Amino acid sequence: MTDGRTEERHGTDALPAERRGTDLLPLRLPAEPESVGTRHGDVDEWGRSERTRQVLRRLYGGVYSHWFRAEWEGLEKIPTAGGALLVANHAGAIPADAPTIMHGIETELERPVYGLADYFFRAMPVVGTMWSRGGGVAAHPDNAYRILHDDHQLVLVFPEGTKATGKYYSQRYQLSRFGRGGFVEIAMRAGVPVVPIAVVGGEETMPMIAKSSRLAKLLRVPYAPLTANMLVFGPAGLVIPFPAKMRFRVLDPVHFDVDADQERYPRSRILNESEEIRNRMQTELYDMLRQRRSVWFG
Amino acid sequence: MQRQRVLITGLSSFWGGRTAQALERLPSVEVVVGIDTEEPVLQFERTEFVRADETFSILNRLVRAIRADTVIHAGLVVDSTRIGGGRIHERNVIGTMNLLGAIEGGDSPVRALVVKSSTLVYGSSARDPTWFTETTARAGSAYTPVERSLLEAESYLRDYAEDHANVDVAVLRCANVLGPNIATPVSKALSLPLVPKMAGFDPQLQVVEEDDVVRAVCFAVQRRLDGVYNVAGDGRLPWSEIIAIAGKRAFPLPPAFTATATGPLGRLHLVDLPPELLDLLRFGRGVDNSKLKAAGFNYRYSTAGAVEHFIGAARLRRTVGETEPRYRYESDVEAFFRHSPAVVRRD
Repeated sequence: MTDGRTEERHGTDALPAERRGTDLLPLRLPAEPESVGTRHGDVDEWGRSERTRQVLRRLYGGVYSHWFRAEWEGLEKIPTAGGALLVANHAGAIPADAPTIMHGIETELERPVYGLADYFFRAMPVVGTMWSRGGGVAAHPDNAYRILHDDHQLVLVFPEGTKATGKYYSQRYQLSRFGRGGFVEIAMRAGVPVVPIAVVGGEETMPMIAKSSRLAKLLRVPYAPLTANMLVFGPAGLVIPFPAKMRFRVLDPVHFDVDADQERYPRSRILNESEEIRNRMQTELYDMLRQRRSVWFG
Repeated sequence: MQRQRVLITGLSSFWGGRTAQALERLPSVEVVVGIDTEEPVLQFERTEFVRADETFSILNRLVRAIRADTVIHAGLVVDSTRIGGGRIHERNVIGTMNLLGAIEGGDSPVRALVVKSSTLVYGSSARDPTWFTETTARAGSAYTPVERSLLEAESYLRDYAEDHANVDVAVLRCANVLGPNIATPVSKALSLPLVPKMAGFDPQLQVVEEDDVVRAVCFAVQRRLDGVYNVAGDGRLPWSEIIAIAGKRAFPLPPAFTATATGPLGRLHLVDLPPELLDLLRFGRGVDNSKLKAAGFNYRYSTAGAVEHFIGAARLRRTVGETEPRYRYESDVEAFFRHSPAVVRRD
């Protein structure tokens, strides 16, 4: 590209001289920008579109109330205003808990929920875009902080991550490690409570009976599952979950008695709080399972 | 405050010329001198042009001769479709090194340095946060020549700022620019009859209007800003929405083997799709512009406003053609206006 330089120098086909030169000043201008522009869509800064959510809620409504027959306990413990970090246990090879929790809270409390998920979603065509329009956000601590602290919205996170969805059916309802307690630190920094939610039924929606690490590596996904659904429904089992009865129990919110926006929080405190929340959720899960008479009818 | 004496590198570039035009209208700026290897294309009122070679060998003498207290480095290349990878390194890395070498030393009058950099230094990947602040580290290492060279140039500037506490070094990281007059990979993509998009992806992009960039540079000069600042319009827009505002149709590119598929188009000079743009069309980018706002800067255009402004100007041009006459720098004409006693100068 020998000619590239000339092009850069003399701009392009359009570089008129002195265009509105005086307009560049003065530098003190009204606080509002002169041209905020008109939006043609309703996608917010996090990628969520309320219109897409409406469509998804309409489509998912039947699945939510007739397939999973979702039932809530203690929904009133979720704040109706202000930021809060919702923490739940995660289950199923392709987990049904995230969409059901988001659908339930959005229809019952009429406020949006942003669901944090692994980065690899973003790299997937179509799925990544739909996930984002549906309220999914990449699980970057900065993202969570801004949604909780600046936007005062609800954020849903599964601290176990893919360890929980990638586990075998034999380990159902055994909570994995809650990462390094990063969710506690975010809640402390944002000055919002953590609201734990215990979910029963998720494990039976898509039980994992085998997985191939070689295939997973090839497809660049965290795990490549063989689920009981696939044995029953064939390839369609990848998207059709079993109609297990899903129950959600909202536990008492945890308020951390610390100042928000600190540079650093004691690591030991974070780990202890995280471990305590995990223990409470585990206890509640066992309690719910003791009361459950049937996987399918609750 | 003392009136400022400003030296601009890259006067013949879009940004150098525009900044000079804006600065010469400021009463607080006493002298504007610009250097470049080629003659400028814009008309200046009192900016003086000095021809220099690529290595800025005269810069050392020049800053001392004109007693420049402020240097604006407008010559960083951020559009990799303009020149080849080797030249980018030469211009961005070696150019910045030479510049810093020239303004160094105990007898240097320079007290402020303003550099127009780019948000390309953050990259664009799946692991990015929605909003980068000036202190957020980029997710992966840079692999394109232009991103690598900008990161290196910025690291030299960081070292220089650390070693010279008496010099204010402002680094302005500008988002993708749209405007009536500038051609960027994004504006060129939007001007195509079919606008390329990545199939299955709809990333959110953030842009800044060209005038806001020039105003930000002038703001940094006047306020003696020190440190790194993001320069970008408020908000982000999905690429599909930007295409809709432009009233265009999208052309989906394959999300796998994209570079292989689009390579021939670039070689035939049909469509310029640099790797930075392909990343952007996959993951987008957002930067937090609140630091510059907190310093007192007000943007004229949000992202949506800048897109509309750009589209409006493009439509007008399509209908009525070029609305303003072009000017080519003529040194004898300029010399006449500047030095002839016949010219009445306002003070």
